[in-house]
Amino acid sequence: MEKAQEIIFAGFGGQGILSMGQILAYSAMIENKEVSWMPSYGPEMRGGTANCIVIVSTSRISSPIVSKFDSAIVLNQPSLDKFEFTVKPGGLLIYEESSIINLPTRTDIECLRVPAMEKAQKLNKKQVANMIILGAFLEKKPIVKIENVLSALKKVLPERHHHMIPVNEQALEIGKHFAKSPVKVTV
Amino acid sequence: MNQNNNSNNEPRLMKGNEALAEAAIRAGIHAYFGYPITPQSEILEYFTREMPKRGGVVVQAESELAAINMVYGAAGAGTRIMTSSSSPGISLMQEGLSYIASAELPCLVVNINRGGPGLGTIQPSQSDYWQAVKGGGHGDYHLIVLAPASVQEMADFVFDAFRLAEKYRNPAFILADGALGQMMEKVVLPEAGSLPYHEVNWATSGMGKRKERNIITSLYMQPEEMEQVNLHLQKKYKAMQKEVRFESILTEDADILLVAYGLGARICQKVVELGREKDIKIGLLRPITLYPFPKDEIARLAIRVQSILVVEMNAGQMVEDVSLAVNGRCPVNLTGRMGGMISSPEEVFQKVETIIEKQTLTLK
Repeated sequence: MEKAQEIIFAGFGGQGILSMGQILAYSAMIENKEVSWMPSYGPEMRGGTANCIVIVSTSRISSPIVSKFDSAIVLNQPSLDKFEFTVKPGGLLIYEESSIINLPTRTDIECLRVPAMEKAQKLNKKQVANMIILGAFLEKKPIVKIENVLSALKKVLPERHHHMIPVNEQALEIGKHFAKSPVKVTV
Repeated sequence: MNQNNNSNNEPRLMKGNEALAEAAIRAGIHAYFGYPITPQSEILEYFTREMPKRGGVVVQAESELAAINMVYGAAGAGTRIMTSSSSPGISLMQEGLSYIASAELPCLVVNINRGGPGLGTIQPSQSDYWQAVKGGGHGDYHLIVLAPASVQEMADFVFDAFRLAEKYRNPAFILADGALGQMMEKVVLPEAGSLPYHEVNWATSGMGKRKERNIITSLYMQPEEMEQVNLHLQKKYKAMQKEVRFESILTEDADILLVAYGLGARICQKVVELGREKDIKIGLLRPITLYPFPKDEIARLAIRVQSILVVEMNAGQMVEDVSLAVNGRCPVNLTGRMGGMISSPEEVFQKVETIIEKQTLTLK
């Protein structure tokens, strides 16, 4: 990784947007990288949508607030509408399949749909959809090692939820596997 | 969020508000008095959770007025003490702050600035600059004002603030903004117990072995006496000037100098990078202390650079202090947004390009 990776995570409150970003930031910190995590905390949060900007870099991070991203990870339609055009050319857009009606239209970026909700439901754990997405993201952009994501989970999750770590690990693997050979969408 | 507090020096990922609160506990504050307000409520929350476990007092006061006057009383008793709030709450504290400054009591007040005026917005802003550096309340007084630009500094400056406050017997002030309070970054926290307490002979904490009563007051009925107090304060503020701190980023060969503090300075670092990529020599001077203000350094650089751009998250407040320091040596420009909006690095860079074009600067 040469320069900073600037990533936006966006979706509804409760989808695990902020924690997805936090876990990525924490994992990168474990790898001695510089990190910043900037949440939205304003009126949009109160309206039910949430987003956070995560920057991971090997050198000092200048602005924690940026308007163009290397990657956007969106889990609802308003977020896709808002952030599709903030992805830098050549960048990556990941979206959760069942949460999106109007598909992205850009052709100068890589768009990856991940049926995270469907796969999470198969695991009987809807809550880990975000980890499936994160797994898919890390397959495309191996910014941090999965083992460090697991260490980060141990730090970020309260101890009473530590029994959930194995299913989170499973979710990350499902996401990674999917991103390796995504099933083509037939529109 | 679950993080263990036992290991001292392990880097942690923390919100600015939490890092500041944890640093204050490690700095050995005896008590915290405050009243919740976004975007700094995590500070009160953190203290409420941690202080009882670690031997300190937390009072959620009935108002900001009450909180600052509790600080006045506790500081008068010689304890290490702080409060925090955000813009509208800080306005309510100004009377108390003026009293504390007059009575020469060390304490720390933190303002996690949000957009104003009025009840305003909860988004980050730097619109309280004047209030912080020019006194804020009534009377001729100054606070020592530190402006962090990272979560690490949110923690470190708590220690610096208490060190300075106690050295000068003067209230210290941390001026940050909502984004610095809410964002998480890597932080290595200062070690607990590394800020020793000094014995003081002025505190109203009981007679002890003293022969005379200590009196803490800000009321002087005789104008002659009040003038002497003022002269003494002014002498102290003059002595405080040597505590000035700033950070210079590529200022020595710069054609265009940006001056910005706090989050604004972080955005400007990116502008410096954007400029250097295009062979435009942009430098950044970041005041770390807003009072005392790095006026000598700005005056020195004003001779070397072709133009200065002050970048603020307000309508232009620090720009007045910069202009005074520059004193006509080079043009001083301003850009910024208000009410909780933040300029993007690209917007600021565009402003730089406009300046180069309009002022027909020949760059080195």
